[in-house]
Amino acid sequence: MSAPLSPQTETVTPEPAGARSSRDLTRWLPTVRDTLVAIVLAFAVGALLIIVSDEESLEALGNIIDHPGSFLVYLGDFVRHSASAVFDGYSALVLGSVGSASSLERTLERSAPLICAGLGVALAFRAGMFNIGAQGQALVAALAAGYVGFTFDLPFLVHLCAAVAAALLAGGLWGGVVGLLKARTGAHEVITTIMLNQVARFVVLFFLAKEAFQRPGSNNLETPVVAESARFPQVFGLHLGIVLAVLAAVGVWWLLERSRLGFEMRAVGSNPEAARTAGMSVAKVYVAAMALAGMLSGLAACMTVLGLSQSVTENVMGSVGFDAITVALLGRATPLGTVLAGLLFGALSAGGVRMQTSAGIPPDLIQVVQALIVLFVAAPALVRGLTRVRRRTTTETKEAGA
Amino acid sequence: MSTLVTDPTGRPDAPAEPQVRDRADVRRQVKLVVVLALLVAVEIWFKLEITDPEVSHLLKGPRSAENQPVFFDGSYVSWGAVAITAVALLLAVLNRYPRGAGGVLLAVLVGASFYGSFLMWAYADSALPIAITNPLGGTLLVATYLVLGALAGVVCERAGVVNIAIEGQFIMAAFFASVFCSLAVASLGGLPLFWTPVVGMVGGALAGVLVAALLGFFALRYQVDQVVVGVVLVTFGYGLTSFLRGQIPGDQAARLNRPYQLENVEIPGLADIPYIGQAMFNQTLLVYLMYLAIPGVWFLLFQTRWGLRVRSVGEHPKAADTVGIDVIRVRWQALLLGGVLAGLGGSAFTLSTGAFTSQMSAGLGFIALAAVIMGRWHPIYAALAAIAFAFLRNLRDQLSILDEKVPGELISMLPYLATIIAVAGLVGRVRAPAASGQHYSKGD
Amino acid sequence: MRLEIHGLTKRFGTFTANDAIDLVVEPGEVHCLLGENGAGKSTLMNMLYGLLEPTEGTIELDGKPVSFDGPGDALAAGVGMVHQHFMLVPVFTVAENVMLGREQTRAGGVLDRNAARAKVRELSERYGLKVDPDALVEDLPVGVQQRVEIIKALANQAEILILDEPTAVLTPQEIDELMDIMRELKAQGTSIIFITHKLREVKAVGDKISVIRRGKVVGTASPDASEAELAELMVGRSVSLVVDKDAARPGAAVLSVRDLTVIDPRGHMVVKDVSFEARAGEVLGIAGVQGNGQTEMIKSLLGLVRPDAGVIELDGRDISRHGPRQSLEDGIGYIPEDRSHDGFVGTFSVRENLVLDLYRSDEFSSGPRLRLGAIEENARARIAEFDIRTESPETPVASLSGGNQQKVVVAREFARDLKVLIASQPTRGVDVGSIEFIHRRIVESRDSGTAVIIVSTELDEIYALSDRIAVMYDGRIVAVVGPDTPREQMGLLMAGAVPDQPTTSSDGAVA
Repeated sequence: MSAPLSPQTETVTPEPAGARSSRDLTRWLPTVRDTLVAIVLAFAVGALLIIVSDEESLEALGNIIDHPGSFLVYLGDFVRHSASAVFDGYSALVLGSVGSASSLERTLERSAPLICAGLGVALAFRAGMFNIGAQGQALVAALAAGYVGFTFDLPFLVHLCAAVAAALLAGGLWGGVVGLLKARTGAHEVITTIMLNQVARFVVLFFLAKEAFQRPGSNNLETPVVAESARFPQVFGLHLGIVLAVLAAVGVWWLLERSRLGFEMRAVGSNPEAARTAGMSVAKVYVAAMALAGMLSGLAACMTVLGLSQSVTENVMGSVGFDAITVALLGRATPLGTVLAGLLFGALSAGGVRMQTSAGIPPDLIQVVQALIVLFVAAPALVRGLTRVRRRTTTETKEAGA
Repeated sequence: MSTLVTDPTGRPDAPAEPQVRDRADVRRQVKLVVVLALLVAVEIWFKLEITDPEVSHLLKGPRSAENQPVFFDGSYVSWGAVAITAVALLLAVLNRYPRGAGGVLLAVLVGASFYGSFLMWAYADSALPIAITNPLGGTLLVATYLVLGALAGVVCERAGVVNIAIEGQFIMAAFFASVFCSLAVASLGGLPLFWTPVVGMVGGALAGVLVAALLGFFALRYQVDQVVVGVVLVTFGYGLTSFLRGQIPGDQAARLNRPYQLENVEIPGLADIPYIGQAMFNQTLLVYLMYLAIPGVWFLLFQTRWGLRVRSVGEHPKAADTVGIDVIRVRWQALLLGGVLAGLGGSAFTLSTGAFTSQMSAGLGFIALAAVIMGRWHPIYAALAAIAFAFLRNLRDQLSILDEKVPGELISMLPYLATIIAVAGLVGRVRAPAASGQHYSKGD
Repeated sequence: MRLEIHGLTKRFGTFTANDAIDLVVEPGEVHCLLGENGAGKSTLMNMLYGLLEPTEGTIELDGKPVSFDGPGDALAAGVGMVHQHFMLVPVFTVAENVMLGREQTRAGGVLDRNAARAKVRELSERYGLKVDPDALVEDLPVGVQQRVEIIKALANQAEILILDEPTAVLTPQEIDELMDIMRELKAQGTSIIFITHKLREVKAVGDKISVIRRGKVVGTASPDASEAELAELMVGRSVSLVVDKDAARPGAAVLSVRDLTVIDPRGHMVVKDVSFEARAGEVLGIAGVQGNGQTEMIKSLLGLVRPDAGVIELDGRDISRHGPRQSLEDGIGYIPEDRSHDGFVGTFSVRENLVLDLYRSDEFSSGPRLRLGAIEENARARIAEFDIRTESPETPVASLSGGNQQKVVVAREFARDLKVLIASQPTRGVDVGSIEFIHRRIVESRDSGTAVIIVSTELDEIYALSDRIAVMYDGRIVAVVGPDTPREQMGLLMAGAVPDQPTTSSDGAVA
């Protein structure tokens, strides 16, 4: 069977020699620069969206059209209103994410699951697979963690470990089956993960409708609250999740750069033919990478279910699994990059709440900006082209666009 | 180890005379027998589970004074189903199962019997006397978006562009269809209300084209991985529509997000066909458009010059290039046409059901993608798969009012599971257009 | 139509693929183009067909200079090409493939399939190209697919037809049919540029012969030149790579292959009943033109391809069902023919590639952990020992020169004790200094008692290294000869000029 989709992206492929070549700053500067430019561009488009949906700005714009005679007056109005709308929005975003201790804490809280699930996507990426299934893996894991958390009565730590283990197992199986299907039948992981995401949604709905999963006295589809003994404790005032996320990143780094399995994963991800010729089992790598990816998504689910929300609903994972893809892509599929990207997106997500309450801008803007960041990052030629247009003469714009 | 008889002439591909049956053929028969035997067993179990076989139906249309539920004995249906399936099983065991059109017909019959037998079981012994209603209307509503979305996917993938972003096209189209239609209602006083949803359809189509253009801009022009762009565009669509929806102030909602619903248009004659006439031929413009789009896309892809070129750039772009076809241009054309189709499909979300709400497409774009794969990248089969998935969704909705013998979630999962089974090659062979998802540039 | 090429040059960066090529093809002439892989024939043909733009020089058709912006222009000018890898859409019918790009339509843009069918029938009758217009291309045998390609070109009123190694994929019967077709085309006035390796074919249909080496036309000959002369032109004058080596002291047979048969995924038997033995302390050279089954045979020895019949024994143990990992552990060293495809991981550093199939050993890993220190040490040692020119052990292998990339592969394979070394095209695309070095290491390996199998399409290399030479043609070993066999005879064997008798191969196995 021929693959319907290309297994690996050219433009956003991780740079596997990353950790080592980081010593060589000149090699990394263009990447960092492109990423920064992409982020700035995305925010610029975001600002445009704020302006076109800001009533006062629109009014001023309307006045310009209605009264072309007073063009300059209304133009001034327009600029003033739009600048203030954008400033209000973005300053709320910054304040809400890093402006105070509590907002910083919220940023970290939200970053942790993003980093973990992002690591799962990144890991699969390095093994040559595009894992779109973090959402599904996280959902089934959330259900498993929640079930153990609210059903059993166990001592602290034992209970927590049991719940986490259940989540890892569920997530690992949900991911591993994708690797198995790819290794055995050549079923493309993009298709199977997309489908499994939807299946996971209905699996969760199915169980939520069962009595064993129903919160007493509630009419909504939600589970009982997770027992105290299964909740994430605070460590030195820090949410345990972020600690775990950083540990997971170190673990993934160790796996990829220091372990035998990681060596095989990177080899298979980069050149499966050469890996096979060198006696590696490509099938084993596919299964292992997807199972580990699923477990990382499972870990992300634990942070949400055993940390923030403490119960399971249909929407408990929000869009963490999809944001994880953008996080991994932005982080160039390296552990360090994923952590940084996760922190950025976590901050945006935390700041988005403040943006809504104090500037009245729907937090969905953040989703748009995130999507744009990834698109711009994935098309470095576009970003370079755009920046060149600004800097150089028009003769070269043609070349840049070509 | 396979035994190999060396051909004395040394010709490598001299076919061996089939003395015994092809192994694949035997495997096919075994599969068929197992599946049919299972069906018979389940159907018998369905029948035996029923204590009171009396059920009622309202197949002619909605309940009214002259259309009252018809009560009948479900045993006939149950046993009839068992009989039909048993005959098919017998034929399969004897290796006399018909091939070609006859085989398909029999398969459809078996499927219908199973459905009937299942319905009897689901509706019998119900605490409340609930009548079996006609599934066509509900199926067609869902089928409108699924079929159009699947056709969009087929057109794109046939040209070698993977379109994961159907979901994004749906949500964008749903939103802009609502806005365009509402604006038409509010501002164009001269336009008869009946035609305002058509303005909405135009808006939806434009939104679909916009997403397609973004996909093309990044994937074709800047050669970003098509799957990456597709996934991101879904997020983008969700985010943008939710954002814009949130920016519509309450007092403006009437102006911007209250689409006038598509009205049904009765087709004289056809609408009088008993049982199916009203459901199928007293429908909205979008449904008729869907009817036309299925053969239309087939015709375009398989009977026209443009279609031949589209398929060639999706299968072997270099071959197309060497006969002077501009691969990228053809891919752009297919992508944009796909945008129109998906956009029309997406506009049905608001023009047939009401105001836009966040994330209202709810993963249906991915079912459309599943239909593309289940339909093996063929417009007719993909449309049939989409209709089958729509039917399942409608079935779930119908059963949800009964006490749950079958959890609706399990039925909801079926399309996705079926697709996984299909791509894993467990049932038949699924082959995508060979160059789907691959960038093309000269000198490759 | 008369084709004239003057001073046609194509440069890719600093590399000159075609250097001031002059060529004249008269109307109704079959002009044969001989040359090794990488000699620049494909570049030349791609310029003629508008796929590449010439850096310098002119192309003239009937005395008028032309420039092609793309294949469409070349087609319009009457140049048709049958590519080595067919440019046919497998899931289309013959008629659809022929009409693609120049479709006739009826009202409403509907394809006129009947017109296309009629066209195919007409052409197939006129030139004796038997083919069913409604057959799906993917169901057709390779020879018939090629006919479809020819019909496609002819349907376009091609007056100059380029056939790029058309016989490489054909069976002997199909080749004979193709020869007839070419004669028929010529008789009807079509000029043909015919690219091939095989002398018999050149003599059978050629009117004029040009030989290309390293991007230049190095000579022309007429087809009545003796096969010996042509063979020398084709393989080049012996630049005599001298490798200092003592006479071999062959020991026991280490690897013995009996009746090995491999069928490729398309159902073609590509290795046919091959039997041979590789002995300790001896270099067995496998000579042959590319695509005569060497690739598949070598792959089956390592377990990358499962043989469909036959036995492979290593030290008397049957290893024909072993996968690559077991084969490597059995003591087989493997240098693949296309190193960037499966020889190394381009994004990996030199250091990592040097342990690509060794990382499993206790030396380089303990438990799940890699011993980075040992890997680093190994890299430094190998880089020094094999004189791998790299900035550092961390440099990605993809950024090294071809010679140094190959040294990485060779160094890796020599890093462990080998019973058998299989080296396919060990010096392809490698600079002269590295060639010498690699050859010396191979001989050293032989002298230490390894059974060495060298597969090469370079006759010079085969002569320089081998103690015994097996010649492969059409999936069979047609002869096993000594290294003192004259070049001319070798050329004939490689070109299949000796009728294959089944006895030859079994004799060879014993010889």
